[in-house]
Amino acid sequence: MTTKPVVRLSSLAALLAIVLAACAPAATPAATQPPAATLAPATQAAATTVPATPVPAATAAAGATATATLEPTVTPDPNRIQLTMWTHSAGNPTEIAADKQFIADFNAASSKYQVVLQAFPQASYNDSVAAASVAGSLPCILDLDAPTVPNFAWSKYIQPLPASADDIAKLGVLPADMGNFQGKTYSLGQFDVALVIYGRKSILDKYKIRIPTLDQPWTKDEFTQVLDTLKGSGDFQFPFDVNPGYTGEWWPYAFSPMLQSAGGDLVDRASFTTAEKALNGPEALAWGKWFQGLFTNKYVNPTPADDQGFLQGHVALWYTGSWAVNDVVKKYGSDALILPPMDLGKGPKIGAGSWQWGISAGCKNPDGAWQFINSIMQPKQIAAMSVATGLIPTTQAAAALTDNFKEGGPFRVLYDMAKKFAVIRPPTPGYLTISSAFEQAGTKIRDGGDVQNTLDDAVDKINRDIKDHSNYGFGQ
Amino acid sequence: MTTTTATLARTTTPRRTPSDIAPALLLGGPAFLLLLVFLIGPFIAGVWFSFTDQRLISPTPAQFVGLRNYRRMLTLTVLTLDPLTDPQTGQPVRDTQGNLQYPRSRAYTRDQEKYPQYFGLTEWTSLDLAGRRYTLLAGDPSFFRSLQNNVLFALVVIPLQSGFGLLLALLVNLQLKGRNFFRTMFFAPVVTSMVVVSIVWRFIYDYNNGMLNVFLNQFTLGLFHPVNWLGDASTAMLAVIIMSIWQGAGMQMMLFVAGLQGIPESLYEAASIDGANTWQKFRYVTWPGLRNTSVFILVTITIAAFQLFTQVFVMTNGGPNDATTTVLFMMVREGFREQNIAYASTIAVAFFLIILTISLVQRRMLRSEA
Repeated sequence: MTTKPVVRLSSLAALLAIVLAACAPAATPAATQPPAATLAPATQAAATTVPATPVPAATAAAGATATATLEPTVTPDPNRIQLTMWTHSAGNPTEIAADKQFIADFNAASSKYQVVLQAFPQASYNDSVAAASVAGSLPCILDLDAPTVPNFAWSKYIQPLPASADDIAKLGVLPADMGNFQGKTYSLGQFDVALVIYGRKSILDKYKIRIPTLDQPWTKDEFTQVLDTLKGSGDFQFPFDVNPGYTGEWWPYAFSPMLQSAGGDLVDRASFTTAEKALNGPEALAWGKWFQGLFTNKYVNPTPADDQGFLQGHVALWYTGSWAVNDVVKKYGSDALILPPMDLGKGPKIGAGSWQWGISAGCKNPDGAWQFINSIMQPKQIAAMSVATGLIPTTQAAAALTDNFKEGGPFRVLYDMAKKFAVIRPPTPGYLTISSAFEQAGTKIRDGGDVQNTLDDAVDKINRDIKDHSNYGFGQ
Repeated sequence: MTTTTATLARTTTPRRTPSDIAPALLLGGPAFLLLLVFLIGPFIAGVWFSFTDQRLISPTPAQFVGLRNYRRMLTLTVLTLDPLTDPQTGQPVRDTQGNLQYPRSRAYTRDQEKYPQYFGLTEWTSLDLAGRRYTLLAGDPSFFRSLQNNVLFALVVIPLQSGFGLLLALLVNLQLKGRNFFRTMFFAPVVTSMVVVSIVWRFIYDYNNGMLNVFLNQFTLGLFHPVNWLGDASTAMLAVIIMSIWQGAGMQMMLFVAGLQGIPESLYEAASIDGANTWQKFRYVTWPGLRNTSVFILVTITIAAFQLFTQVFVMTNGGPNDATTTVLFMMVREGFREQNIAYASTIAVAFFLIILTISLVQRRMLRSEA
């Protein structure tokens, strides 16, 4: 690889970054972005709790301006082959520091390859990758948002990892954190997040509410009783918070697991060619009515001002991501409870899949790229990333190396949940439309729309998109 | 060409000589090139995309699909439904409130064999009239709903914002102390970024602690119950409209002030000598004097009103229940979030034609008035 494309590419990226930085405040709601597995607290401009991977609005904007000066971190060594690498984590100092350490270690050890890092702010990253794909200027190594991996794989912008299935299996990555498409693995993730219900022991004890466990989560009826008890006490105007003010990918990420727990799904996973029955069948209808009931029964405030209700003490239970765990523990200490989501019939489910490392189709040295990815998927590196960011490590061996996630560690329950309850978002290129349609349907249900009609409309939209694209290569 | 006198220029068209063309091309060239690359080129590409199934990223090259996107977007048809009847009694079924029950329109729109004419359509809205239900089916109801929101927004905002701007202009044009202060104050929202303004207003409209609700509640001594301005489908558009009028009125004020200052003082003096009162001076001197300004404002405000996007994007994200979705908002969602460039282009082309038509009609009406 000569330096010229790098220069051209970085100037293109810089230009993009500038343009996107200019719109960064507008882009705060995740709406225009293709789905981000991890979320910025979108409508909450005042939000101070910051999910660990997700970049808060202010930092995202600041990060965007920072990347206007995209500079390679290493001086290119003419005797080695340079591999460019993109990451979304420009606005996240701890994550980028970990990445830089991995690169330094790899570059020091490798005599043949040299990895050159370019970091982007998360708010504009997915757009930059899509634009670079179209322009044919993707770097060799890049991190991708898990639900977008099938779309890139289908479009042939990324290539399957050049390693045998055994080599990949040996790493021991949780299945939910592998980007698989049509039988091949395209990407691997170092970390993940989980969906949990945060509560407080003192409050549950006060109202004599059973503390649920992973083996015995709250059932649908039990959970309704819990909400009734809390609501009836008069102490909470809205006892439960599910962040309904977030926009974009939060909706499918957070609420499709509830749909799956009720027995429905976003799309028929046997064929991936229709959403009929899965998203508008009786199970999905039951979910929709239950979900609408959260708002009509005033258990949940449909338009909270921010996501701080639980931390400020006027909400009793908070359904959100594991990224908030540090804030919750900081605020409530040993009173804080990390609880599994409710079981709506088929057991609790949580979303899975965060940022994953892949190799672009145009990469001329996939073996070098794989060497690097393989090096950062080792237990030590994954553990280092987990320690730096507080996110859940994706292998058992790495979890054992961290204080928080090892057996008996305070956050071990998050790893167990990711292992036990995780359902990945449908691995199909059609996910972009599925995600958008489900968000539209979910907000309509929240706002009191007719559940059956709304779900039917979502199915129509998804099915039409699938048909327009000749089933995205499924079922042929 | 320097010898052409002013009188000649008015009576004869200047003849183009080859020596004119070269410098003209040289001077205009860069601008034409930029227009071609950044305006005309993309526009032609957009029109082309609207006839294909172009996706933002895709392994297959775009296919020509003819009018499919347009047909999908614009199809509109009425389905008449008879009430459900009890098979035993033959009497119409009624619910607990005594309302007639109708079959779901989806039974018709999903039956390709029996009702091919309705296949794939979706219900937009329906009306119960004289024991029958008339259902409006559309290929893409969200397009029509968005357009409906746009039209509503424009119909309210155009007269109110320009009227408000004129009123402010008349006020700050009075020879009063501190008028520069007021001019600056009224103009401030215009120079502030729309995103910032929208975020601030989102806080003002907030349900629980928003300034508006708290103020109204205290002002009426608790009689006023807080309204969820942006979260309620019946008030969300109103909230966006009020905020937009406030934000844009300063701009119209500035234009009107410029227009007012272009009216010669002597006309007012002459009117005073003729004994005209203040209203007559406004009606027969100021208003005709502002004609060109008004036409300009009307055209620009119309286009701006149809381009409603930022407020919606920041404040409501199109919701609740599509109450504030606009055509531009829908286009961005289709094109970027769902990566369906072809359909987004179709929306863009249709939207361009709609705005063009409105502008042409406006121009013609204003011209015939003159």
